Amino acid sequence: MRTRRWVPWLYAGPALLLLIFFLVYPSVDTARLSFFDRRGEAFVGLQNYRYAFTNDTMLTAFRNNALWVGVFTLFTVSLGLVFAVLLDRVRYERIIKSIVFIPMAISMVGAGTIWKFVYAYRPASAAQIGLLNAIVVGFGGQPIGWLIERPWINNLCLIVVGIWMWTGFCMVILSAAYKNIPKQLMEAARIDGANEWQIFRRVILPLLKPTIAVVTTTMIVFVLKIFDIVYVMTNGNFSTEVLANRMYKEQFSFGNHGRAATIAVVLLILIIPMMIVNIRRFKQQEAIR
Amino acid sequence: MRRRTMGFLTRSPLHVVLIALALIWMLPTVGLLITSFRPPQDVGDTGWWTVLAHPFNFTQYTLANYKAVLFEEGMGRAFVNSLIITVPATLLPILLAAFAAYAFAWMEFPGRNLLFMIVVGLMVVPLQMTFIPILTIFAKIRVAGTFPAIWLAHAGYGMPLMVYLLHGFIAGLPRDLFDSAAIDGASSIKTFFRIVVPLSVPAIASVVIFQFLWVWNDLLVALIYLGGSPNVGPVTLRVANLVGSRGQQWEVLTAAAFVSMALPLVVFFSLQRYFVRGILAGSVKG
Repeated sequence: MRTRRWVPWLYAGPALLLLIFFLVYPSVDTARLSFFDRRGEAFVGLQNYRYAFTNDTMLTAFRNNALWVGVFTLFTVSLGLVFAVLLDRVRYERIIKSIVFIPMAISMVGAGTIWKFVYAYRPASAAQIGLLNAIVVGFGGQPIGWLIERPWINNLCLIVVGIWMWTGFCMVILSAAYKNIPKQLMEAARIDGANEWQIFRRVILPLLKPTIAVVTTTMIVFVLKIFDIVYVMTNGNFSTEVLANRMYKEQFSFGNHGRAATIAVVLLILIIPMMIVNIRRFKQQEAIR
Repeated sequence: MRRRTMGFLTRSPLHVVLIALALIWMLPTVGLLITSFRPPQDVGDTGWWTVLAHPFNFTQYTLANYKAVLFEEGMGRAFVNSLIITVPATLLPILLAAFAAYAFAWMEFPGRNLLFMIVVGLMVVPLQMTFIPILTIFAKIRVAGTFPAIWLAHAGYGMPLMVYLLHGFIAGLPRDLFDSAAIDGASSIKTFFRIVVPLSVPAIASVVIFQFLWVWNDLLVALIYLGGSPNVGPVTLRVANLVGSRGQQWEVLTAAAFVSMALPLVVFFSLQRYFVRGILAGSVKG
């Protein structure tokens, strides 16, 4: 479209100004702070980075972030896809979509309360008030401290909360894309004798690929910054630390701005590959138009 | 054989799988809801599912928890505060994001692609790290603790995702529309309000939902920019304070959690038809 040279800036300008003030400037300032001491006064070179990559708690946080990225992303996207595709075939689609989406509408304070209650632990002698332990005891087992058993059970229990909250997001977007696929394509494949699995693999999946890529990268970017769930439920104790929570602690509990800034920079660097994927996709899209 | 198996797998077990998954999804919330109606001593003694043995024995339920939470000093004020924060913090950035998405999708200007990538890339910035530099400025210009400060903050933080999602949709609109609008001599602002906005209603509605939920449920940003004052504090802050002061009193916490969930659920259910119709966010057309 032919427009005067300054017109695009009129449209994009207000958004860009907000972004510069709230995200760009603070990020640059943060990058600078990562080379300074706890009060941001004396230059310390790479000392904060050495801490970030050698400290035990930091290494635990790296491991847990990797676990989150793998398990959380895999389950939110694939469960979202399963819901999107299967729900299209039943008449009660709207009800189940609402049920799956409801956790998105709940604040972290609310969700934290809900799941602490599910994971509640009482000694074997007392009546269990947490659902999971009641089931375990009902089958004759010993009650488990779900949020304490390190390192796998408690981390996976936290990730389950995340999956419960975010599958609805993936479902909604994937479902929108799925409904956009012309039904004739699937009908044609069916007439040609393809079974449902083949249709899914050969017709649905390729057509959904761009959307799956969007949802996956969005989830990875989101989950790398995961904070609320850990903060509310364990505050990173019992080997459940993640990078964003560690950063919050350094900043607001320990008052070490240098280290907090360093963790933020490390997080940014981890997310760069996702940016590259998004950029590639954007360029492809441009090429198509 | 394989075909029959597939047919079998996709029919009646389909319903079983879907309903089982839906039940699993609901269970934690149902437990919370039931607990919020139970008297304190019951909550501590037995699991919430024990009420299901006699679900219509109404003596085992009580409204006392809700009475305590609702008439707890400041909950009404907190609800009003949440509205004052959330409505502008949702509408303002969506208008600005739509303008920007339109420019990035359909206008030529130098550095467009690079700028768009930077905007999307900003999604990765961890919010916690922006607080100190911005608070320093806010304190200098004396806007810390005011509503406009938090409106702008939420607008800035939500912008990358909103521009990204709206761009995905707006870029997917047919080129012919814009060509014919240009031939008809429509100005860019006319094209925006007459073509882009009406056609993007599903995408805008879904972005409204996400931003509304995000702002309404936010605790951290409110805590940082508004401080802990009950005069301006939202519902989440009030509930968080209850968690702090009422520690292990599940019956109060569960009722409070439900009060905070009420409005987001209403918003979600009233706008959800746009979801069902399909929001086409991201590059569905890609």
